[in-house]
Amino acid sequence: MKNTTANRLFSMKKTIYVVLVLGFVTAVAAPVNSGNKIIQPPIQATAINAKIINPIVDKEKIQADKIREKESAEAFKEAYKVLMHPRCMNCHPSGDAPLQGDDSHIHAQNVTRGKDGKGVYAMKCSNCHQKENVAGLNMPPGDPNWHLPPANMKMVFQGRTPAQLAAQLKDPKQTGKTLQQMLKHVEEDQLVINSGWNPGEGRTTPPLSHAEFAAKFREWIEKGAVIPK
Amino acid sequence: MINLKVNGKSYNVDVDPSTPILWVLRDALELTGTKFGCGMAQCGACTVHLNGDAIRSCITPVARAAGQEIKTIEALSEDAIGKRLQKAWIEEDVPQCGYCQSGQLMAAAVLLKEKPYPTDNDIDLGMSGNICRCGTYQRVRKAIHRAAAMK
Repeated sequence: MKNTTANRLFSMKKTIYVVLVLGFVTAVAAPVNSGNKIIQPPIQATAINAKIINPIVDKEKIQADKIREKESAEAFKEAYKVLMHPRCMNCHPSGDAPLQGDDSHIHAQNVTRGKDGKGVYAMKCSNCHQKENVAGLNMPPGDPNWHLPPANMKMVFQGRTPAQLAAQLKDPKQTGKTLQQMLKHVEEDQLVINSGWNPGEGRTTPPLSHAEFAAKFREWIEKGAVIPK
Repeated sequence: MINLKVNGKSYNVDVDPSTPILWVLRDALELTGTKFGCGMAQCGACTVHLNGDAIRSCITPVARAAGQEIKTIEALSEDAIGKRLQKAWIEEDVPQCGYCQSGQLMAAAVLLKEKPYPTDNDIDLGMSGNICRCGTYQRVRKAIHRAAAMK
């Protein structure tokens, strides 16, 4: 009996020691372990102090960033109106045939893009599309480099929401271009300028001028290429 | 003066550079095998080869062809593909009224040059720009397959 009681007391003491030791180790180790984490109390306190010391600057920066993001998204929404206009979208179709007209119907003759985007067999773009517009109502519009995006980089606009299209334009895997190269296509590519804003007799032009469109596209990129909601 | 090479011969023609190739061929050079259909690249009747491509001559300014090689229906049978097409067209008795056929043949020649053994889908893709009011499409298809199979 006595032995048993003594054993129990010993066991209890041992348990208390173990708990105490563990508690101590945890207390000492905790700050060290969480030293790299932001959750460590002293660092949190510092962060709060910093905010209290310098509250105006941070608030202004956050506010400025928010405005910048909003402006970027707004600029894209403006550019999107041009991107989705038939003069631009008709050569960025979801299928393999370009589109025609303001109702974006499939191109007559069911022309197809081919590997390089320049047509196939006896149906190549430049068989009909000359270096310049052919004079007359609804005659084939022209450019020296008339083509669709190639088969391995289709750059579909048709059916894309603003968010989907912005995300796609930012993804070099889907465009083959960096954003700077994309900007160059928008600002300087003669095919963009000719097919969009010199489309030939009988065709409407996008809601913004080329200069306005290019400026919106540039603003979108320079303010962070934000994907609009 | 514009220098043109048509069917292997050299010509100097005195025409406005914006004149469609079709009218230079038909009126100045009297090569009337190439036909006028719609005048706006919609039907394919005026198809000729410019450096091997099946251009629509009714809207292509002659300036584009300066110093380049033009081939018309009159010279199509001078090469192997053209010969096979001519033979196949006769064997299948393809034409009805015949008006679109020179364009059909010029388009078919480009198709066979780029795809020696075309599938039905290749034929659809390559020939859909050549309209036939008589509806000879089935015979055009058969003749292209026949020409491809010839040796």
